[in-house]
Amino acid sequence: MAFARRQQSVIPGFGITLGFTVFYLGFLLLIPIAGLLLYTAQMSWDDFWRAVSNRQVVASYKLSFGASFIAALINLVFGAIVAWVLVRYQFTGKRIVDALVDLPFAMPTAVAGIALVTLYAPTGWIGQYLDVFGIRIAYTQLGVVVALTYIGLPFVVRTVQPVLEDLDKEVEEASAIMGANRLTTIRRVILPALLPALLTGFALAFARAVGEYGSVIFISGNLPFRTEITPLLIVAKAEQYDYPGAAAIGTVMLLTAFVLLLIINGLQWWTSRRYR
Amino acid sequence: MSSLASENRAPGAAAGASGHKLAWHRATEEPAWLRRVLIGVALSFLALFLVLPLTVVIYSAFEQGLKVWYDAIVEPDAAAAIRLTLLVVVIVVPLNLVFGVVAAWAIAKFEFRGKSVLITLIDLPFAISPVVVGLIFVILLGSQGWLGPWLASHEMRIIFAVPGIILVIAFGTLPFVARELIPLMQQQGKEEEESSLTLGANGWQTFWRVTLPNVKWGLIYGVILCNARAMGEFGAVAVVSGRIRGETNTMPLHIEVLYNEYMFTAAFAVSSLLAALAIVTIAVKSFVEWNDERAQGAAGLTGLTRKTP
Repeated sequence: MAFARRQQSVIPGFGITLGFTVFYLGFLLLIPIAGLLLYTAQMSWDDFWRAVSNRQVVASYKLSFGASFIAALINLVFGAIVAWVLVRYQFTGKRIVDALVDLPFAMPTAVAGIALVTLYAPTGWIGQYLDVFGIRIAYTQLGVVVALTYIGLPFVVRTVQPVLEDLDKEVEEASAIMGANRLTTIRRVILPALLPALLTGFALAFARAVGEYGSVIFISGNLPFRTEITPLLIVAKAEQYDYPGAAAIGTVMLLTAFVLLLIINGLQWWTSRRYR
Repeated sequence: MSSLASENRAPGAAAGASGHKLAWHRATEEPAWLRRVLIGVALSFLALFLVLPLTVVIYSAFEQGLKVWYDAIVEPDAAAAIRLTLLVVVIVVPLNLVFGVVAAWAIAKFEFRGKSVLITLIDLPFAISPVVVGLIFVILLGSQGWLGPWLASHEMRIIFAVPGIILVIAFGTLPFVARELIPLMQQQGKEEEESSLTLGANGWQTFWRVTLPNVKWGLIYGVILCNARAMGEFGAVAVVSGRIRGETNTMPLHIEVLYNEYMFTAAFAVSSLLAALAIVTIAVKSFVEWNDERAQGAAGLTGLTRKTP
């Protein structure tokens, strides 16, 4: 009788585990985030607008969003190729190459930052050859793109890889049997199937890049109006005790992050609906 | 024809077996030259962006010999940074481990409304810029922040001190264990736990003897990743630490200080420790995945490899 009534499982601990989870998230995440939003809400609209729209800040938005977009595009193209090669082809050392893809995710950003600037400085291993052609990477906007490409690298590979593994080969066979050449099959069968995963990976790489700080600040050189990213301005303002200025820009970044998270959740939902 | 379209990965063998000498490559594969080009492009891209930066760290760290490397690490400020980083990790990792296990239990073993919202909240620290994380706590607890005056009157210092560093790192690394465990525990369902409980074991016994052994490897990877990210956290710590040498500099901040003072070899020496940790982390991840694949192979299952970073 008792069985019939109890819809819930026999597994204990629902109340305490959910309670602790909500409590922990509340104190560590939600209350502090609400604190920032409330702090900004206290500012007058004019003060807020001045803080988030002065020329130096606008220049930093352009660089942060523009460089993040280009870096995510680079990762989209090369990430798709890397995922394809890792899933479909056999070659020696494949397992090690596969493992290495996660390196930017595990490597501290400051370490990545000084490594990249050392490589791309005009005297560096790569920079010295580019210097011959007059190409400068370190201390230019290109350097920001390089750093953001580095930190976004795992995302496209790791979202496309499992989808590609589960892709039904029979559909490709059917396409080939019906007379499509390989290029047509890739364009009309494989790419559409990968599209949600590609977009999810792109969005993840973009979102990570917009907020990135450690790997960029060394290679960018931080020249006002030219190579200053938005997170750097937040740090600079916080260091000068300009809390309202930092909070206003921080709120813009925070709201951007929320919007990106919503888009990513939507894309992931689309991906899972496509494949399961 | 059927063998042409088979799953066999060796094109030569497949073509030979079916006697189609004319088939240079199967219709569902790219020609050999294109395969070589794609592999070449992929490997060059990864060499440029993954192998070279790692190599430059190790090369620069040991360029002037082992003694210089060793001296840079045992130098008092570096040693203090290492000690502080270890202290932070010893506090933060267990906290987020307990949180991860508890949250995964609630999410994977029960059905309730708002579950997807809860999962999104756990992912939130991934989406927020580390710099904004630091700022959030400065606004909340700094001298001009919400609780600043109250903290000052009780002579408590959180921002520009160790507690602030612990808070921002706990915030930033909150998702790692939970994110590793939730899909794993969801995938395993709850039948085993239910049998164990029906057979008379209590909740704790079930957790320790049934659930935990099942998710052991995922848990270990989650902890190691959480540890690596906690030791390497930079942006958030840069905002709240105040960079007091020998006191509130963690290893990444110490690397920044050394680099800005043109002490490149020392900066790379300290970096080499963190780079080694990153390599151990991805090695553990591959081992865990390899273990999974073997277990799934033995159970006759395919697919379902966990690849999310």
